[in-house]
Formats: sequence, structure tokens, C-alpha cells
Amino acid sequence: MKLTVNGIEREIESPPLTPLLFVLREELEVTSPKAGCQQGGCGACTVLVDGDPRRSCLTAVAAVAGAEITTAEGIGAPEELAPVQQAFTHHYAAQCGFCTAGMLVAAHAYVEGGGTDDRHAISEALAGHVCRCTGYVKIIDAVAAAARGDSFDLAVTAEGQYTTMQSGGGS
Amino acid sequence: MTQAAEVLLPSSPAEAAEAFGDGKGVTVIGGGTIVLPELTYGRLRPKKAILLARAGLAGLTRSGSTVTIGGATPLTELVGLDSPVGPCAANVADGELRGQATLGGNLCAGAGPEAPRGDLQGALLAVGASVRSTGSGGESTLPIDEFLEGRGNRLVLAVSYEEPAAGAFVALDRPHTHEYTALAVSAARLADGSIRLAATGAGGHGRRLPSAEAAAGDPAAAGEAALADVKPHDDALASAWYRQQTLPVLVRRALTMLEEAA
Repeated sequence: MKLTVNGIEREIESPPLTPLLFVLREELEVTSPKAGCQQGGCGACTVLVDGDPRRSCLTAVAAVAGAEITTAEGIGAPEELAPVQQAFTHHYAAQCGFCTAGMLVAAHAYVEGGGTDDRHAISEALAGHVCRCTGYVKIIDAVAAAARGDSFDLAVTAEGQYTTMQSGGGS
Repeated sequence: MTQAAEVLLPSSPAEAAEAFGDGKGVTVIGGGTIVLPELTYGRLRPKKAILLARAGLAGLTRSGSTVTIGGATPLTELVGLDSPVGPCAANVADGELRGQATLGGNLCAGAGPEAPRGDLQGALLAVGASVRSTGSGGESTLPIDEFLEGRGNRLVLAVSYEEPAAGAFVALDRPHTHEYTALAVSAARLADGSIRLAATGAGGHGRRLPSAEAAAGDPAAAGEAALADVKPHDDALASAWYRQQTLPVLVRRALTMLEEAA
């Protein structure tokens, strides 16, 4: 059984009913999808399966054999972040970070699919994702900014981390 | 992680029916949204599992006023249908889960101790759908009322119904999309003018509300009458008492919406 994960074809050895989440995290060591509730209720494990956001904890790996899987690691590159990744940085949309990878891929699919900055539509697109820091306002700000095509003036710190140029960076 | 001794991935409806056989000891995985957590948490240890992902059982077709939906069709494809089926499908979970969860899984999901599940049972009862399934004795097509009563050990191949003249769907609000709907009522006026009503979340699987249907000309009276048709239950989402208080309200609203849709 094969999967293409973030553009690289991988041979899978896990048994067929293994949730895609555990294949990614434990067999392939792709760890941005998080094992939150492991029953489909939190969205922390969401990845893109052939471009569509899906809960990897609910997906038997054999059901998606041959598919293209994209995780938060694969929607952009460190030197070229995807618009939603830039927007999350600019708008301080990550707090503890546990929900962020799932939020990012769902938001990426929304923006790539032509989603607008309408806050209700963004809420619908992210409806399956919970942020227990309750940072929803900034998350929706960030997705709206990415959907509008805002440009983000980010800089890299001496430690190699992205930061916003503005001291406030608010919306 | 529990693994089934035998995992089959049929590539056609005929292969799926053969793999299913009489269904004894078989766990069917449509989208996986119900079964996968059961496996993850070790609550289910299937001897034999069938994955329907490639079984050719997905798809929605229309022929005149007849809608036919394959058993492994994801709920996303139902969202655009007329009321009550479309709005009922749109009320299930969130977009990601609707893209994965299948019609067949929804019809076969039993009420659990935590939640009623099986949201579409009500809408499909209201439109008088028929269910084509396979299992012991081979293929059969049954009215959904009978299918739900005798449910168990059947693999849903397809569901079909005639588009109603008008429909309505009302549900209690959910605190979050990851909650199941505690109680919902679907109503339909069929082409012959008859009115059908059904509830999900009022005890066991989806139920027709015949007493309410008989009183449909008076929405308030029909709401009270509906209580005779169900045995509401306590679960993690709502108490039986709360369901008894709210069912008449939902029936009244559904019938009022149906009148306004005419």
C-alpha cells in the first residue's frame, strides 16, 4: 500500500484498518496532525486527502491507499509559508498550538477553494475544529486576511522564527 | 489498535454483496466515522471488516421526481436536496465529517447510550423512502419503516424516494457541531397530498409519528398527539423529560413551515 505524503511517495506497512493519523505520526513521523479526541470531535488531526479536509483519526488507511495526503508541513515551506500560515503568524492566531495544524489545513482548503473573508462562511468551514484556548477571533481574523489576499510583512528572528514586523500585529 | 482478522476492500457492488454474505460477524466500514473510534478505543474487535471506499456504492441520481442515493454516498452530496432530506443532511456534524460519513452508516447507526445518531432516518421516513439492501436471503427492497424495524445484518445498497411536494426539517440547536442532534422532526407533504411526520432522537431509531399525522390539520394538536407515538429516552445529550417538552414544539413548527411552503 502506498500513500503520497506532502509530495513524497511512501510505502505503508501499518495494518489496513489503522487510522491514517497513527500511520502519519507513528509510522511516517509526520507529527503536525495531533491525536486530540481520537473520535472525530476536535479537528486537531485534520489533513487533506486529495485536497479535501478529512479527520485522519476516522480514516482507515486502506480506504485512502494511493491518495495524496497533505499536512501542515506540506501546505508551505519554511522559506515560503502558505498564505494561511503567514496570516496565522501575522494575526497571532496560534496560542498553545495544539489545534493549529488542523485549523491550518482546513483554512488552506477553504482559501484555495475560493472562500471569501465572510466570517460566517469561515466559521462554517472551521466548524469541526475546536480551540480550547478559545482563540477563535484571531483565527477567523487570520483566515479572513488570507482569503482577502492581504500581504503579510513577516521577518525572521535570529532564532529562525517568523515574527510580525509590527509591534501589535493586530487586525 | 485492534485489527480485524480479515479486511476486505470490494471493488464493485457485487463484490461487496458477496463479501457481506449473510452479514454474520461482519463489520461494515463506510466512511469510518462511527467504527474507527470503536476500533481505536478497543470497544469493537471485528472478525471480518469490509471497507466500502471503492465498492462503487456512492452516487446520487435523479430520474424525473425519483431520487436514488447509493449506500456509500457521503452526506455532503445530500446537502443540496430539497427539504427535509437536504437540510437534515446539512445539520449533521460539520463539512469534514459530511464529506466522509455515508448514508448507509447513518441509516444503520443505532441509538447509543450517549446520543441518538442516525439523523437521516427521520427525513427519509418522512419522504417515504425505500431501502434496497443485501444480506441473508439475498437482495430486498423494503419501505424504510420496515427496514428500520428489522434492521441488523443488512448492507444498504441504495435508498430511493419520490421528491415530496413540500418538506420541512426542524431540530434542537446543538452547542457544537461535534454533538449529535438531541431531537429533530421532519415533515413532508407527498405528491398525493398526504402528510408524513417523523422524529429522530425520541427513543431508539427514527420514528414515524402517526398520531401527529392524523391531527396534521391543527399543528398545535398534532404536536401534543406526537407524544403518544414515541418513548423518549435519557441520554448524555438530553433527558426524556426535555424531549417530551420540546417534541410538540418541533412538530408544530415543522407543520407550520410545511403550510408556509405550500
